[in-house]
Parts: sequence; C-alpha cells; structure tokens
Amino acid sequence: MKPFAYAVAEAPVQAVHQLSARPGAKFLGGGTNLVDLMRLGVESPELLVDVTRLELDRIEPTATGGILVGAGVRNSDLAADPRIRAAYPMLSQALLSGASGQLRNMATVGGNLLQRTRCVYFQDVTKPCNKREPGTGCPARTGAHRDLAILGASEHCIATHPSDFAVALAALDARVQITGPAGDRALALADLYRAPDEDPSRDTVLDPADLITAVEIPTSREAHRNSLYRKARDRASYAFAVGSVAAGLSLAPDGTISEVRIALGAVAHKPWRARRAESALTGNPATPEQFRRAAELELAAAEPLPDNAFKVELSQNLIVAALSTLAGVEEA
Amino acid sequence: MTVTKALTGPPLTRDEAIEKVTGKARYAYEYHSQPDTAYAWIVTSPVAKGRVLTVDADHVLRSDDVIAVLWHENAPHLGDVGDPTLAVLQSPEIAYRGQLVALVVAKTPEAAREAAAQLPVEYEELAHDVVLTPDHASLYKPEKVNPAFETDTEQGDPDRAFDASPVQLDQTYSTVALHNNPMEPHATTAIWGENGSLTLYDSNQGGGVVQQLLAGLFELEKSQVHVINPHVGGGFGSKGMPRPNVVLAAMAAKVTGRPVKLAVTRQQMFSLVGYRTPTIQRIRLGAEADGRLNAIMHEVVEQTSTVKEFAEQTAVATRMIYAAPHRRTSHRLARLDVPVPSWMRAPGECPGFYAFESAMDELAVELGVDPVELRIRNEPEVDPETGNPFSSRNLVACLREGARRFGWRSEPRAPRNHREGRWLIGAGVAASFYPTYQMPASATASVDENDHYTVDINATDIGTGARTALHQLAAEALEVPLEQVTVRIGDSDLPAAGIAGGSMGTRSWGWAVTKACRQLREEGAKSVTANTKKDIEALGEYTRGSYGAQFVEVRVNQDTGELRVPRMTGIFAAGRIVNASTARSQFIGGMTMGLSMALHEEGLIDPVFGDYANHDLASYHVAGCADVGALDIGWIEEADEHLGGAGTKGIGEIGIVGTAAAVANAVFDATGVRVRELPIHLEDVLK
Ligand SMILES: Cc1cc2nc3c(=O)[nH]c(=O)nc-3n(C[C@H](O)[C@H](O)[C@H](O)COP(=O)(O)OP(=O)(O)OC[C@H]3O[C@@H](n4cnc5c(N)ncnc54)[C@H](O)[C@@H]3O)c2cc1C
Ligand code: SF4
Repeated sequence: MKPFAYAVAEAPVQAVHQLSARPGAKFLGGGTNLVDLMRLGVESPELLVDVTRLELDRIEPTATGGILVGAGVRNSDLAADPRIRAAYPMLSQALLSGASGQLRNMATVGGNLLQRTRCVYFQDVTKPCNKREPGTGCPARTGAHRDLAILGASEHCIATHPSDFAVALAALDARVQITGPAGDRALALADLYRAPDEDPSRDTVLDPADLITAVEIPTSREAHRNSLYRKARDRASYAFAVGSVAAGLSLAPDGTISEVRIALGAVAHKPWRARRAESALTGNPATPEQFRRAAELELAAAEPLPDNAFKVELSQNLIVAALSTLAGVEEA
Repeated sequence: MTVTKALTGPPLTRDEAIEKVTGKARYAYEYHSQPDTAYAWIVTSPVAKGRVLTVDADHVLRSDDVIAVLWHENAPHLGDVGDPTLAVLQSPEIAYRGQLVALVVAKTPEAAREAAAQLPVEYEELAHDVVLTPDHASLYKPEKVNPAFETDTEQGDPDRAFDASPVQLDQTYSTVALHNNPMEPHATTAIWGENGSLTLYDSNQGGGVVQQLLAGLFELEKSQVHVINPHVGGGFGSKGMPRPNVVLAAMAAKVTGRPVKLAVTRQQMFSLVGYRTPTIQRIRLGAEADGRLNAIMHEVVEQTSTVKEFAEQTAVATRMIYAAPHRRTSHRLARLDVPVPSWMRAPGECPGFYAFESAMDELAVELGVDPVELRIRNEPEVDPETGNPFSSRNLVACLREGARRFGWRSEPRAPRNHREGRWLIGAGVAASFYPTYQMPASATASVDENDHYTVDINATDIGTGARTALHQLAAEALEVPLEQVTVRIGDSDLPAAGIAGGSMGTRSWGWAVTKACRQLREEGAKSVTANTKKDIEALGEYTRGSYGAQFVEVRVNQDTGELRVPRMTGIFAAGRIVNASTARSQFIGGMTMGLSMALHEEGLIDPVFGDYANHDLASYHVAGCADVGALDIGWIEEADEHLGGAGTKGIGEIGIVGTAAAVANAVFDATGVRVRELPIHLEDVLK
C-alpha cells in the first residue's frame, strides 16, 4: 500500500484541523474497514488521524433522559451496556449480529456508521465503479448484485449500506453529533446518509473533515423497549445481512398499534426507514394480516434486479415476523 | 502381512502440538529473515485473454527499495517440465484473468506490494469466454480423466434398459467453482547457495515433486535442490504440485542474488493455485418397482483452462457404487478462458456424489421407499465395473449404524412434515466413498547406542496429524514405547516418499515405516531402509476403498429461508484407524467442508471481467463455527487383510464425499423443495 503518515489526535477540534489542513487525510477508528480498503488500494490516504484516543469513549445519560454514546465506544462495549440492552434491545442485538467478536472489539461507533459498501466491484480496483471512480460505470447492475439494493437506488449505483447498527439507530430516530471545520452541529441519522442519485461517490452528507463525536439516542419509550433486530444471513455468524429489520412496537390498551418503528437493512444505500408501513399500521389492529399489508405497501416501491428480487419477499417476511413476535401474535 | 494390532489406535495429541500453539512451529515464509532478504510480489493480469505488450519497469525501479522487476522479456529461461502453469514469465500470452504477468522484488514486502500496484503494464485485450454451459461449443472428450481413468465407460445397453424401466429418474445437477483456501497461503523462501544449490522452504503437500520439478525448471541435478517443509498449514489439494510461488521465488533469488520470500495473497489464490471446476451432471436412473436399478447413466460437463488440461473424474465413483447391469458414464470438458482447475479434496467423488446421491434420494421418493433401504437393495456383490471382489466393503454397516445413532426414521420420505416454531425440520442421508490408493515410499529406521530409534521419511504433515500417526506406527512395529522413537519428516534429504494427497499419505508412508521398523527389529540391524514398490505391485486384484454414511438434520426458517444444520452423523469404514483423535478430526473436517459446499461456498464467475468476482474470504463464504452443529463421528472396526502395510485405508477425503447430498436431501425433506444447484441459497427455499 501507499506509504502514509500517522498522527494521534488529542482533541476533536485538533483532529478536524489536521484533516482540513491536509486533503487526502482520513480519520482512523478501529481500522477494520479503512485499513482493509487501504490494502485493496480502494483508499489511499496520505495521513491517518487516529481518533480513538479522543476520550469519546463514554456512554452517558443525557439531561433529557436519552443516552449519549461517544463515537469512539467500541461496538462490543456498547452492545454489552446494560442500559442499552434493557432500554433499546434492537440496538444491542444489531451490534451483536454484526461481524465477529474480534472485529466488534476493534470497531468504533463512528467507524461503523461510515463503513463503506461491500459491493465486490467497489472493492476491486481493477474494475470500474461509479462509487469509487465517478463516471466509470456500474458493473453490478448486470453482474454480481444479489446482495445489493432494491429500494432508492439509481442507475448509477445500487450499493447497500452494510451496517446493522445504523439500521437500529434509524428506527430509534437517533441523532449524530458532529464537529466540523465550521463548528459543532447535529443531524438526524436519517439525514446523514444520502441516496446515490447522480453522485454515488458520497455515502453521506458529511464533509471529509467532519468528525462524528457522538450518537444521541432519544429517551426510551415502549416502542424502544419492546423492540428487536432480526437479521437474515447466509452464515449463522460473521456475515453481512442479506436482509434485516429493526422493529419496535407499542400497543394501546385496546390492542391497536399506538407506535411502530421499522427500519430495513441491506435493501438500500442507507438504512431504510419504513415510514409508509409505519403510518399504515398506526392505529390499526396488531395482526399478521395488517403487518403483511403494510410490508407490501412499503416494498411496493422496490425496483429489484433478477438476482435480488427475492429481497422483496424476504424484507416483507422480516417485517411480518418481527412485528408478530413483538405483538405476541402467531403467524399463519 | 497380517494385522495383529488394535483396529483403533489411541487418541494421542499431535507430536508438534505444543510447538504449534506456542508459535514455535515455523512455516515457509518465516525462515531466513535476514537483512539481505528480499521480498517478491506477484503482479496479475486484469484482462482475461490477450497478451502483455510492455512493462515499464523503470517507473518503479526509481524507488531505492525496488530491486528488480521480472517479466517475460527479462525473466530467466526455464526448462520444460511439461506443466505450463510452472512456465512462469516465459511468454506474453494471457489465458485468464489473474494470471501472473510480472514479479516485483524489493527490500521490504510493503515496497514490493506498492511497486506491484504501481507497475505500468500494457495489454492487448481479446474477447474472452468464461461461462460453462451444458452445450458449450468447445466441449471435447479428454483422453483420460484425473489421474488416469477412462473418460467414458459403458456396460450393457443403458438407453434401452432405462426406457424399459418402470421407474425412471432423469435430472440434472450442477455445482459451482470451489476454492481450496487452506489457512496458510502458498508461500516460499528461496536461497541459492554458492555451489549453485537451491534451498526452498516451501508450503506444499510433497517436497519430492517440488524438488524434481524445480530441478527440471532450473536445469539442476535433483540433489542440488533441497526442499524443507516440516509444517504446512493445509492444502486441500492446492499444494499437491509446485505452484508458481516456488518457481518465482527461486527465479527472483537467482536474479537478485538474495534470499527471496514470496507469499501468494488470499485474493491471488482464487486464480493462481487451482480450484474445483464447476460441474453440470445429468443423471438417469432406471429402476424396478422394488427399487433395484437396471440402468445408471451419469454424464458430466465441466471446465478446463486453455493452458493446461485438468479433467475432474466426477462420474468415476458412480461406476462401482451400486449394482446395475446397464451403465454409462462420460466426461466432457469446455476449454474456457478461466484459471486452471485442479485438485480439491476428493476431486471427482465430491461433486459426483453430490449429484448421484441426490438422484438416489429422488428415486427413493419416487418409489416411496426409505432412502437407506434403497441403497441397501442395490448393494453389489462384486465391483460392478471390473468384476473384482471388494477387499472389504462396509457401506451397509455404515448405513445401519448411522441410522441407529442418528435416530433415522426408517420410512418413505414425507416432506414438510416436521416443524418447530417457524423452523421446518428435515433429515437427509447419503453414502460416502473414497478409493484406497497407495504410492511407493522409502523409509529408514535406525537405532543408536542408547536404544533410541530414528525413523526418516520425506512425508508431509499438512496439519492432519500424519507425523504423529507415523510415530505411533513406528513404535508399534518396533515394539518400543513412543518416547524411544523420533520421526523426521518434511525434508527432501530424507528417503523419498509421495505426496499428502489422494488420502494415501499415511497409508503409503506408514507402509514403508512399518516395513523398515519391522525389518530393523527382526534383523537386529543398526539401520534399515525399506521400499514398498514391490509390495504394492504384489497387491491382489481387489477393489479397495473406504465407505461411509452421512445423516444430516436441516432446519429452514419459514420467514427467511435461512438454512441451518444443527447436527450431522458420519459413520465410516476405513480400515485401521491409527489415531482416534486425529482421524476424528479428518472426518469432522471433511464433513464441515461438505456442509460448506452445500450451503456456502460459491466461486462467482464474472462473465464481463472473467474472474471470480468474490475473491476474498469476506465474500466467498466458508462455514464458520456457528454453522457447524453437533458432529457425531464413528467408524466400523474393519480388519481388511488385502490392504497390505499397516492395514490402513485413507481418511482424509471421504468425509467431504456425500455430505452435500445429505444436506440437499434434508432440505427437500424439510421443505419439499428439491434444489439441484449448489450452493443452496435461502432464496431457493423462501417460497
Ligand atoms: C469480515 C467482516 C465482516 C463484517 N461483518 C459486518 C456485519 O455483519 N455487520 C456490520 O454492521 N458490519 C460488519 N463489518 C464491518 C464492521 O462493522 C466495520 O468494519 C466497523 O464497524 C468499522 O469501524 P471502525 O472503527 O473499525 O472503522 P474504521 O475502519 O476505522 O473507519 C471506517 C470509516 O469511518 C471513518 N471514521 C472513523 N471514525 C470516525 C469518526 N469518529 N468521525 C468521522 N469519520 C470516522 C474512517 O475515516 C473511515 O472512512 C464487518 C467487517 C469485516 C471485515
Ligand atoms: S453498485 Fe455502486 S458500488 Fe457497486 S459497482 Fe455499482 S457503482 Fe460501484
């Protein structure tokens, strides 16, 4: 790989300066994605600014009753946190379903959110790819696309975002705190990621020198506590999702749905919040038939390709299965 | 020679276990790390067919760290040893994507890797064809199939017998390319001596063949080439022959005058070191209403490369597994612009039995009989192909014992009949078979003044426990405790012996070791060298092989189609088992790899670019620990007096034979869906 410089950042603002001052520099979290991509020649930063010593490694309650998770918290530590496990089971389950024990011990919250797609063409520098080299084309469309997007893709790119964690965060309406060249700001997780549109080279709305400092998880409510993450994968462990769902549900005393939260993984360029299904369900009875109808409504917008057409049904089934479990009703 | 010892030997820990777990055991890349050592990095072709026009070596030679760039215009001339995959950098022609086109040698591995990435190479690109189809225009009949079997065989009149059969099955099954992926990638450290001798620390399954071919390539006497490989981190067949790495390392060391290390990267392994061909297999079975087979036809289409032929013997085991008066097998190859296929654990038997044992299950369903019973009804008295007697054949015993231990329901299949919550549950069975081979070997046994014995043989332990098994056999033949015996292997200076392949390593080496040790003891000599060539020639006309039966439980999730295998039972009949622990590991490993083939492994050929698109272990899945449930392994105590030597057969490969069929059969039992293409994906059973 190309020789590069390495620096340890001592404070967020300094880290941001180090990046702004040197185009081609990158933040280094656990390195489990970035270093792989450097070995493959997909990324070739001139400077790595290590952000794991920034003391962004705390999990603390917020004044408003939520939880603030530092961007440097390791995936394994967050998954094991008793507060997370009790108040946001889907989040802990999503983290634990990802990668392997060793990788989760290294991976950070910030790095997890900004990991790149697993599209095999993106990872192979001997082939064209609009995301890696804008304007070169998208061979996945007619090539290996079984794992790629069915929703919100563009003719320029059908990549999926691979994170499990981000799917649960999307369902929870988490916010991302950022320190950037222009100061601090916060974004809804849903607004962090972009659709590929004309420019798939950008996964998010962030500036290269924007540092994620924390993720803020809102105050826990019933639809957070009564939640789960269900991931369908080809191997029982150590495999990215073929399809996944993060779901939370609360029922009114009359048994109708008072709140439902659904996000899908492995179907789009970003975690896919299933807003249509949610609004179709709210106020209605919690039955498998209702779940199925809402799932079909959500997936009606799908534009699958031959080898990933099955993801439509898979995603629908995941929604129905997850909500049925949360509602305590039997599927047919 | 009669077998007098226990049929199952003690479960001893590997001799080198402590060395391995403490990191002291050294592998090929870990030798000779000196200041003057240079590091080589392979540059591969991004085009699938064409030629190299120019290489701009100066572009990277500007770096102080880069020592040399080798390509076809400046690489030393190599002798012809008849293996085009070893004629590296000798011609500009490109026959497949990922073929090596240049080698960069630098002072550090990092510099070599970066220079390899930066090296400007100009290509002429031609149209390529990489997709195997059942009626491919290039299909031809190879002269023989691996290693030297008849390509086609026919007995009786299979077409007529099939047409006349009251029950008929005609189905086509296919398998994808599978990549061996041993834990230790192919690697070499090469050092030239002042007297023109060549020392190679190389990761291979047999140093003897490396010694011989490297001598031919560099036009040396065999005695001038020294190959050392005390520890090898797996091979699964991909290290059975020398690979480009050893030739390139020797070449680079020669050109630079430095010791050179070279490791093939995991990604490069998908094109440079062999893989299992995809197969398309049409099977026709004609049976009587009681299940007895009249006709068996097994016709195979598979691929080879344009540079070197490899013809997988996919239908060969079908020639003898069940009785039927009318039978036909055939093999046809398509010559494609693909990497060179080669041996992978049980070449032939493994893909062949997936198809054939799936067909047997389909026939059992068709007939409404228990699939175990169907196999028993077709048990042959003698080898149906040659008419030879079996030296021993315990398939029926394996089926019965396996059925008992697994808790098999001895009844016709009634699919989609068992569920637990959202999981459909099914069970499947298949037979396993692997032929018993042997190769001549020499071993020397000697004793010193302190009554300590040393046994020398150039055997190779690729992680199987062969070293330990030979130690046990030596002590047994010498009738002394293990502590009194040292076994030395993995060095071409030791008496010559064949490769760790064809499940014949321990059998062949053990034979020579046993013979040398017995002679030493009986003659009271100080040192005896024994060779088994004549003993092998004197073996009687028997069909020899290991048999087995595998039973698998599969669970299929109704919501996602996810397939999980909570338990498998494998019962084998494989002659004497020298070490109960390492033997069990071989069976476990084989079955795990078979499970992996059934549900995970898939070399995805990319028609546009011509390579295997998922060339790393994140996207080419092999079964992980969580995919492997309870494995119940057992064997039939088998005394076979027609085996010679130490009374052993082979155990390295049989475990992978039949597993995929048992899984696919269980998937049918669980879901009612018959999947005839491996691997089985969740979308195949989602409906
Ligand atoms: C074989 C394998 C299997 C895997 N399976 C799964 C899976 O099933 N599910 C899943 O979700 N993930 C999976 N992963 C991915 C894994 O979760 C990610 O690699 C990991 O979360 C990345 O975190 P990191 O800290 O190592 O990131 P890094 O590799 O350090 O960084 C990733 C990116 O984020 C940037 N970055 C890091 N920190 C910050 C910050 N604070 N602010 C701004 N930018 C930052 C880096 O510059 C880089 O671009 C797998 C990975 C591998 C290798
Ligand atoms: S899907 Fe996106 S990432 Fe994959 S090849 Fe196309 S442009 Fe590249």
